[in-house]
Amino acid sequence: MGDMEKALISCRGLCKDYRMGVEVVHALRGVNLDIEKGEYVAVMGPSGSGKSTLMNLIGTLDVPTSGDLFVNGINLTRQDPDTLADFRNRVIGFVFQQFNLLPRTSALENVKLPLFYSRHTEVDDIGQRAMHCLERVGLADRMDHEPTQLSGGQQQRVAIARALVNNPSVILADEPTGALDTHTSLELLDLFQELNDSGITIIVVTHEKEVAEVTRRNLVFRDGEIVDDVTLGGHGVTQS
Amino acid sequence: MNVLKTARIALVALRLNALRSFLTMLGIIIGVASVIVMVSVSSGSKQAVEQAISSLGTNMLSLRPGASRFGGRHGGAGSATPFTEKDVEGLKKRFDFLEGVSGRLNANAPVIYGNQNWTTSITGIHADYIPVRQWIIEDGRNFTDREVRSGGKVAIVGQDVIENVFEGNSPLGAQIRIKNVPFKVIGTLQAKGESTFGRSQDDIIFIPISTARMRVSGRSARAVPNLVSQIYLTVDPAYDIKEAEEEIKEFLREQRKVAPGADDDFSVANFSEFIRARNETASTLGLLLAATAAIALVVGGIGIMNIMLVSVTERTREIGIRLAVGARRGDILMQFLVEAVTLCLIGSLVGVGIGLGSGALIKNLSDIPVQVNVPIIFIAIASAAFVGIFFGFYPARKASLLNPIDALRYE
Repeated sequence: MGDMEKALISCRGLCKDYRMGVEVVHALRGVNLDIEKGEYVAVMGPSGSGKSTLMNLIGTLDVPTSGDLFVNGINLTRQDPDTLADFRNRVIGFVFQQFNLLPRTSALENVKLPLFYSRHTEVDDIGQRAMHCLERVGLADRMDHEPTQLSGGQQQRVAIARALVNNPSVILADEPTGALDTHTSLELLDLFQELNDSGITIIVVTHEKEVAEVTRRNLVFRDGEIVDDVTLGGHGVTQS
Repeated sequence: MNVLKTARIALVALRLNALRSFLTMLGIIIGVASVIVMVSVSSGSKQAVEQAISSLGTNMLSLRPGASRFGGRHGGAGSATPFTEKDVEGLKKRFDFLEGVSGRLNANAPVIYGNQNWTTSITGIHADYIPVRQWIIEDGRNFTDREVRSGGKVAIVGQDVIENVFEGNSPLGAQIRIKNVPFKVIGTLQAKGESTFGRSQDDIIFIPISTARMRVSGRSARAVPNLVSQIYLTVDPAYDIKEAEEEIKEFLREQRKVAPGADDDFSVANFSEFIRARNETASTLGLLLAATAAIALVVGGIGIMNIMLVSVTERTREIGIRLAVGARRGDILMQFLVEAVTLCLIGSLVGVGIGLGSGALIKNLSDIPVQVNVPIIFIAIASAAFVGIFFGFYPARKASLLNPIDALRYE
C-alpha cells in the first residue's frame, strides 16, 4: 500500500448504497482510487454513474456504506462528526453547481462563513482574509453585493473565494460550470488553473468536454465504477 | 466558535427574516406586557389600600359604646352607656403597653375668620390623638395637657381649612371664631389626603376635648359630664395586639359592669384585622397573576417552537451550507438556540417597554393607581429566556442532526 501512504486521497473499496423505497441503488461499487497532492482531476460520466457520490464521500458530506477513505493517511470513515466538520473546514473547499451561497447575505459575509467555524484562525484577521480571497477571484469591488445582485459567474467566484478562505488542500467542485455560459465557464477554468498552479489539488465533476480538456487526469465513471483513468500531458493538451 | 460569534450569526439570521421574527416575538411581547401591566395595577392598588390603612394606624384600636354586630361596626350606639374621661384615665393607668390614649368628641360647626365662613369638622381631642392617629404637626405645636384639661381656646387646623379659610397663608397665631368663641391657631397639620372612603381627611380643626365639650358641642353632649364619644389608643408594637384587645375588653366589661355571659355593650375595632384580610386578598391575586403569566409565557413559547420548526425546515439548505463549510453539530444547535433565546429576550424587552408605557398611560388617563414592580420585570425577562431555551431546544437539535448532504440537497 505504498500508494496509500504517498497519496493525498485514497479510496479503498468504497461502496455507497441508497435505499429508494424497497429498491437498493448501488451508487458506488467498490472504487479504488489514489489522488496525489497537486493533481487536477476531472471526474466524468453520465448522470447516475456515481461521480457526485464520490465527491460527497471525499468531502465527508456523506458516509460510505463500506470501504475506506484516507486523506493524508487518516481513515475518515472512522471519525466522529465533529472531526469531520473540522476536516471539511480546514482541508476541503466546496464549489457547487448551484453556488450554495447564503441568501440575502453580502459576498464578503459569505466568504467569511468558514472562518466563523474555524478553530484555527485568529478572530481579528477574518475580514482581511475574506477580502484577500475576494481580490483573488477579482470581486473585491462587489463585496457588499448580495447573491441576487450578482451574475452567475460572479456568484460562482464568490463561492470559490469562500472555498479558498481557509487555505484548503483540496477543492471539490461539483459541476461548477453547469449553470454558467461558455464565456464565464472559460474564465472560471482559468481561475481553477491558477489555483492548481499554486498547489491546490482540484477535483472537478463535470460532463463538459471543455472542462475535462484542461485537467491533467480524467476519471470516467459508469454504473458506480471507474471504467477509465487517463493521465494527460499538460494543460490544454488533449489526447484522444 | 465562541458564544459571541454564534450570537452574531443568530442575530444576522433573525434580521434576514425580520417580519417572521417579529410575528414570533408577538406572543412573548403580549405575554410580558400584560403581565407587567397587571402586576403594576395590582401592586398600585395594593399600595394605595396599604397607605390608607397604615394612615389609620396598624397598632391602633378604636373603642365605641354600643354592641358590635359586623366586624368593627357598631350598632345602637345611642342606647349604651357613653365613655367618659374616667375611662380614658382608667385605661391609661391600668395598662403599661399603651403608647397613647385619646378621647374624641365630634361636632360640625362653621369657622369664621375675617369675612371667610367655612363649615368643617371640629374635633375635640386629647394631645395623644395626634400621634395615635398618625397626624404630623407641620408648623407650630400640639396641645399641652393643661390646655386639654382646662378648656384652652387653641386650635390646630388641617390643610383644607388653611386653603379655604386662610387662602393658603400661614394661619399660626391667627384668631378664628367657632360658635362665637375665639380660638388661637397654634399648629397646622400635614396633609393626609383622602380616607379609604373617599372623604378628605384634611378638612378638620382640632381643639382640646374639654373646650369642645363646653363650648362647641350641643346640649346633649353636656348632659353627660366629661363625655367622650370614642376612644382611640395605640399598643406598643412589641405587645401582641390581639391580647391587648382582650385585656382591654375585660377591663371595660368590669368597669361597665357587664354581666358575665352577656354581650359587650361597647365595640373594639382592630385595624390589623383589615390588613390581614387585605393581605389574604393580595396573595390570592398574586397567585392568579402568576398563573396568568405562566400561561402567557407557555403560549408564547409554543409559538416560538412552532416558528423555529418552520424555520429549520425552511433553512435546511442553509444548514447544509454551514455544515459543508465546517460547522459542527454543536455550532448549529447553538445557533438555533441562541436565535430562540434572542427572540424571547428581544420580545420580552419590547414587552417590558409596552407594559411600562401602558402603565404610565393608565396612570395618566385614569384614577387607577399604578406602581411599577421592578422584580417582576426581571422575573419576566428571565422566564422569557428560559422559555426560549426550553422550546428552542427541540428544533435546534433537529437542525443539528441533519446529514450534510441531505440538507444540501433539500429543495
